Amino acid sequence: MIQRGCDNFEVIDSKIDALVAGIPTIIAMTLLQFDLSVLSISVFAGLLGSLLGLGGGIIIIPVLTLLFKIDIRYAIGASIVSVIATSSGAAAAYVKERMTNLRVAMVLELATSAGALTGAYLAGQLGVRWLYVIFGIVMGYSALMMFRKRHQSLGDEAIPAPWADYLRLHSSYYDEASAGEIVYRVARTRVGLGLMYIAGVVSGLLGIGSGALKVPAMDLAMRLPIKVSTATSNFMIGVTAAASAGVYFARGDIDPFIAAPVATGVLVGAVLGSRLLGRLQSTTIRLVFVVVLLWVSGQMLLKGLHG
Amino acid sequence: MTQIQASELSSEMEERVRKVELLISNLLRMGVILSLTLVVFGTVVSFTQHPEFLSERSFFGGSSAPRSPILHSLSNVGAGLMAFKGEAIVTLGILLLIATPVIRVGVSIFAFIYQRDRLYTLITATVFCLLLLSFVLGKVE
Repeated sequence: MIQRGCDNFEVIDSKIDALVAGIPTIIAMTLLQFDLSVLSISVFAGLLGSLLGLGGGIIIIPVLTLLFKIDIRYAIGASIVSVIATSSGAAAAYVKERMTNLRVAMVLELATSAGALTGAYLAGQLGVRWLYVIFGIVMGYSALMMFRKRHQSLGDEAIPAPWADYLRLHSSYYDEASAGEIVYRVARTRVGLGLMYIAGVVSGLLGIGSGALKVPAMDLAMRLPIKVSTATSNFMIGVTAAASAGVYFARGDIDPFIAAPVATGVLVGAVLGSRLLGRLQSTTIRLVFVVVLLWVSGQMLLKGLHG
Repeated sequence: MTQIQASELSSEMEERVRKVELLISNLLRMGVILSLTLVVFGTVVSFTQHPEFLSERSFFGGSSAPRSPILHSLSNVGAGLMAFKGEAIVTLGILLLIATPVIRVGVSIFAFIYQRDRLYTLITATVFCLLLLSFVLGKVE
């Protein structure tokens, strides 16, 4: 099997010609060529990720595994590092805008960090094929989530929220559009914690930020305003990723020659995307991307199922 | 203490907390910039140290087989840094990047202590411990 080529490198080496003939995407190249191609494709992944509101990780992992035939474990290790870079870079801006609810973030971090540890541990136990299958499912779900209706408010009737009261989670933020403070109440803290644990497991298992799971847990279940959910999710993604990155580092899954171009490229792409272009609004273009992403997630699923 | 004084005090406190927050957000950004600088610098150094990386064509599918083994403990990284190895510099940059959100959480513990908020000091400290646990967990396996 190509993916576990670590110890039978010579065998693979002799098969290169055959493989190159069969699959045009496999090319023997020098490390410099490899790093430069990964770098440029990571810039593109970061750009696309920020345009679509997905993370760069969910795009770069299929590229590394399907196109470059890298072992999915190293792809995950490289991706998790890029997730931290992007999240920390963007969190700084959100803190300035006072969108992040730090208390909500800290309480939910209890669940996501524990989940990330579970996920990163499981990734070492589960077979590689399972990682492909789960990735395919999560990627398909995330692509569909791009079309979710964004509710600004779900009605004002107060839900009794003893946990949120005790934890003093209710807060307010300054809304530029209406030029005033918007006060909001937080509800269903326990449901939020449960969903966040799952988001943490997925993040730790697949090396992605799993913002597609975090944001709905906050705005649909806990009723945070969408802007606060997005900012708080972004802040949390970096902390969650750090929890699993430690496990991946200690396990030896973070290959510096893969992680370096991926982290640098995805961050540069994400910054370019947010500075120059903003969020993509056109529904037609989004639809095209959703179809492409669904196709890629299908490829990942197939790879998992067929081995 | 009258209520007005109390609210003035808390708004002053909020202002200070806000300043700390801004300081932290700048630290976050600097952490990212510094670590990626190390990563890029280390990559360049390793290419100058290993001319074969520029000439040897190999098959990258699946592994890092033809290269030096991946450094995955602090002592190995330290030894590599002493020898000014490019890979060790890259790994240091990656470690700094991983540490950035951890440090962010660590600083928040002090912010909550400063606010005399026991509950949140405890919650934040627990998150911090979970993050430290990750390094241990990866090693135990």
